[in-house]
Amino acid sequence: MGGWKHPARGGRGRWAKMAAHLSYGRVNLNVLREAVRRELREFLDKCAGSKAIVWDEYLTGPFGLIAQYSLLKEHEVEKMFTLKGSRLPAADVKNIIFFVRPRLELMDIIAENVLSEDRRGPARDFHILFVPRRSLLCEQRLKDLGVLGSFIHREEYSLDLIPFDGDLLSMESEGAFKECYLESDQTSLYHAAKGLMTLQALYGTIPQIFGKGECARQVANMMIRMKREFTGSQNSVFPVFDNLLLLDRNVDLLTPLATQLTYEGLIDEIYGIQNSYVKLPPEKFAPKKQGDGGKDLPIEAKKLQLNSAEELYAEIRDKNFNAVGSVLSKKAKVISAAFEERHNAKTVGEIKQFVSQLPHMQAARGSLANHTSIAELIKDVTTSEDFFDKLTVEQEFMSGIDTDKVNSYIEDCIAQKHPLIKVLRLVCLQSVCNSGLKQKVLDYYKREILQNPTDISYVYSGYAPLSVRLAQLLSRPGWRSIEEVLRILPGPHFEERQPLPTGLQKKRQPGENRVTLIFFLGGVTFAEIAALRFLSQLEDGGTEYVIATTKLMNGDSWIESLMERPF
Amino acid sequence: MNRTKGDEEEYWNSSKFKAFTFDDEDDELSQLKESKRAVNSLRDFVDDDDDDDLERVSWSGEPVGSISWSIRENAGNSMSSHEGREQLKGRNSFSSYAQLPKPASTYSLSSFFKGRARPGSFQSLSDALSDTSAKSYAPELGRPRGEFRDYSNDWSLSDTVRRLHRGKVCSLERFRSLQDKLQLLEEAVSMHDGNVITAVLIFLKRTLSKEILFREMEVRQVALRHLIHFLKEIGDQKMLLDLFRFLDRTEELALSHYREHLNIQDPEKRKEFLKSCIGLPFSGEDSAHIQDHYTLLERQIIIEANDRHLESAGQTEIFRKHPRKASILNMPLVTTLFYSCFYHYTEAEGTFSSPVNLKKTFKIPDKQYVLTALAARAKLRAWHDVDALFTTKNWLGYTKKRAPIGFHRVVEILHKNSAPVQVLQEYINLVEDVDTKLNLATKFKCHDVVIDTCRDLKDRQQLLAYRSKVDKGSAEEEKIDAVLSNSQIRWKN
Repeated sequence: MGGWKHPARGGRGRWAKMAAHLSYGRVNLNVLREAVRRELREFLDKCAGSKAIVWDEYLTGPFGLIAQYSLLKEHEVEKMFTLKGSRLPAADVKNIIFFVRPRLELMDIIAENVLSEDRRGPARDFHILFVPRRSLLCEQRLKDLGVLGSFIHREEYSLDLIPFDGDLLSMESEGAFKECYLESDQTSLYHAAKGLMTLQALYGTIPQIFGKGECARQVANMMIRMKREFTGSQNSVFPVFDNLLLLDRNVDLLTPLATQLTYEGLIDEIYGIQNSYVKLPPEKFAPKKQGDGGKDLPIEAKKLQLNSAEELYAEIRDKNFNAVGSVLSKKAKVISAAFEERHNAKTVGEIKQFVSQLPHMQAARGSLANHTSIAELIKDVTTSEDFFDKLTVEQEFMSGIDTDKVNSYIEDCIAQKHPLIKVLRLVCLQSVCNSGLKQKVLDYYKREILQNPTDISYVYSGYAPLSVRLAQLLSRPGWRSIEEVLRILPGPHFEERQPLPTGLQKKRQPGENRVTLIFFLGGVTFAEIAALRFLSQLEDGGTEYVIATTKLMNGDSWIESLMERPF
Repeated sequence: MNRTKGDEEEYWNSSKFKAFTFDDEDDELSQLKESKRAVNSLRDFVDDDDDDDLERVSWSGEPVGSISWSIRENAGNSMSSHEGREQLKGRNSFSSYAQLPKPASTYSLSSFFKGRARPGSFQSLSDALSDTSAKSYAPELGRPRGEFRDYSNDWSLSDTVRRLHRGKVCSLERFRSLQDKLQLLEEAVSMHDGNVITAVLIFLKRTLSKEILFREMEVRQVALRHLIHFLKEIGDQKMLLDLFRFLDRTEELALSHYREHLNIQDPEKRKEFLKSCIGLPFSGEDSAHIQDHYTLLERQIIIEANDRHLESAGQTEIFRKHPRKASILNMPLVTTLFYSCFYHYTEAEGTFSSPVNLKKTFKIPDKQYVLTALAARAKLRAWHDVDALFTTKNWLGYTKKRAPIGFHRVVEILHKNSAPVQVLQEYINLVEDVDTKLNLATKFKCHDVVIDTCRDLKDRQQLLAYRSKVDKGSAEEEKIDAVLSNSQIRWKN
């Protein structure tokens, strides 16, 4: 800690249990988590008396990262329901609070709920909490439906940046890329800027801002403007971050389209990680207890939380999948050796020692068993012929081979009714690699896709993500060395300074790393995060990264976010 | 995508009580635990001897249904001891929580909303927009003085936008001149806050004539995009089409119009609607796609009527043996082709439902046709048709086997449809690449092919290796032994 102490990083003990993994990193993100929890408590306390919360299902995931049920319970939340049409389930409470995203279709459901409740009898107090933002459009809709007056509190809960791990923040805003880059709607950039202002309020002003891309420029402008408008009080928090790097996703469109090959990246590609949870097919996790005789196989999906709170996961998540197997087998040997130790424990002291280690060993064993099963599941996919073929095509495209022709693998995928998203992702990859497709090629794919059912039925081996390269070069030797390259990439690049009072200027100890907050506007993949973590860990790297983004994503979820919903 | 969604539905109701655990111990961290953890250098392992410990999941992200279920379960009963303990902890943690210093954040969003809590007194943004009277703007007692100013109507134009931006009540009605209104819009756009831009757009939409609104939007591209998005969102299709017409965006106009067919359920009406789309100014090849879409639905209506009749009459064998699972209406082209290969394979080219007719009408590529026909005929185990599919005659009348998709793919598809070994082996033999052929033959246990290929390759070692894999005393083993003892073969190894 280099001799100086900062409130945001001190007092680790007090935070530790809340979400221990958030405080392991260079910046204690529990401070942020605590700030958003406080807002939630404040809101709940405004609605005095017993409460029921009606949830927009989508929100339960992100909320789970900042609060458990017991927090709600402390504040008299007695029941929780999912938002559904017609009537609310019966609940003997004073307040009914809707936690919703500002979406029109949800307003219709809320109105239905409220109207049927009105007919039922004793008056309730209704409230609505918009996350992350109130929307005039939605309130207008509630008004048109004649229920706006029923709500006592209509507020917003600005859950802009949600802490996911000790070095990772996300806004979980699915639509951000589409809005920013296709619809020129900068609302999510505004939220990003707001989230950054909150971070600065908690962790001090970030003295230097670098950026690349139009959206990056916009966010920096908004930050500067917001700062001007809040000149009231000087921020007296000692700065934790040295730099902020804002990066437009469209500076590097290629990286998210390629298949991720890290352990965490593959779990996400194959099973989809949602709010740090993954659901896995249960078969491989069947308990192998004696006497169970396999009488009832589990039918529920196995749900696991994935973050650095789990030691083993923290160790393997950023590795290329090929390297995971050997780590797992080494761990297995260590653990069985540890369990064997019990035969050597002779004295009471030794036995006591062994027993005290037992919980840790059992936890480690459980963790190992889980990841061995996951690795098996993934291996089934990565060793399949189709996975290999797809990867080959990706590598060919990225090497510039035959990117200007109709690709026979893509054609086959279309003909064999592979998922539409997979096909589109490959076509996009080809297009990016070829700087756009020839009209003839595009028309051909289009025709083939239309004829078929849209039956809505190392990190990247050998390829270093451009996005991460940009971060690396910024830290050393600096962007001046790559002016030429930066000019080719879309959007302006810039640098801004936010002056600090002398008292807050940091004197870096020799050997102390800089902390850079890198914000991906429009989404980031786990493989890119892995590459940045790799840079953070380099002994002589000189920079540690905290990563923020509008959305954790992979090529599939990205393409999906760009598709138009059918009516 | 679908997988995830499906999973979610599947598991929604089935999750059990473990949906949440009371492990939210928050802050109450006794020094004791702290030091104990330090000593054992254990992480996150406090109170459990169950070896399922790592599976502990919090309520987060779990289906809420299960939570409410568990809450309901709990509500009536007296608290379990575990729960009671947690509640106690909760209380403790709350008081200890209060001692934590509050960071000096001025950006707390809730602070933007302070002081408008009294039931009924609150005017929404939209109320303010549409309601010029100040009837409920009466200040309350006990409100900090600064708050009274919230209800003032004298905000300057840019202050008004800034206040909207912070979610405060602000009437826009007093901006009457076009110039003011446009400046309002420009202020909003410069904020980059879509919510505020939309607020102003709603106001403009209500107070300006279409012509003026459109004209002004045309020169304000950002606001225009927000307007288009807004119209789509509220489903004001008529105004959207008017707007595209005004902007002369013919292609968007056409696509927007075309999308409406999705709302039409009745097949006849939908067909007629599609017909009306054909002449619209789509770009490039899209016109052809629209034409195809119309033709396809037209066909499907004919086929559907005919087949429903045949099925209910019960006289046709194929429908008796394989009743239709769903109507063919509105299915994609390839599904339609599969259907016709399944139920109408032998029909003459002249009929609408014959596969060949579909292929010609919609210019279905050879590969696609063969794949689909193969899948359909293999499903019916019509091996003779499969054979015919790959047989071509050259001009001298010699027959030849040819597969535009490659015979290795043919084999895979046949295997998926559980074709017998005799059939599989015939096609494996047609695979040209020797390695692929051997791999497939081994994979699908076509012993004869493996043995013959090894013999032809004079690869004794591989044959010996294969011998160890086949059943003892089986016909294949005998055959291998016979080959191995054949003195006329000159083995290469």
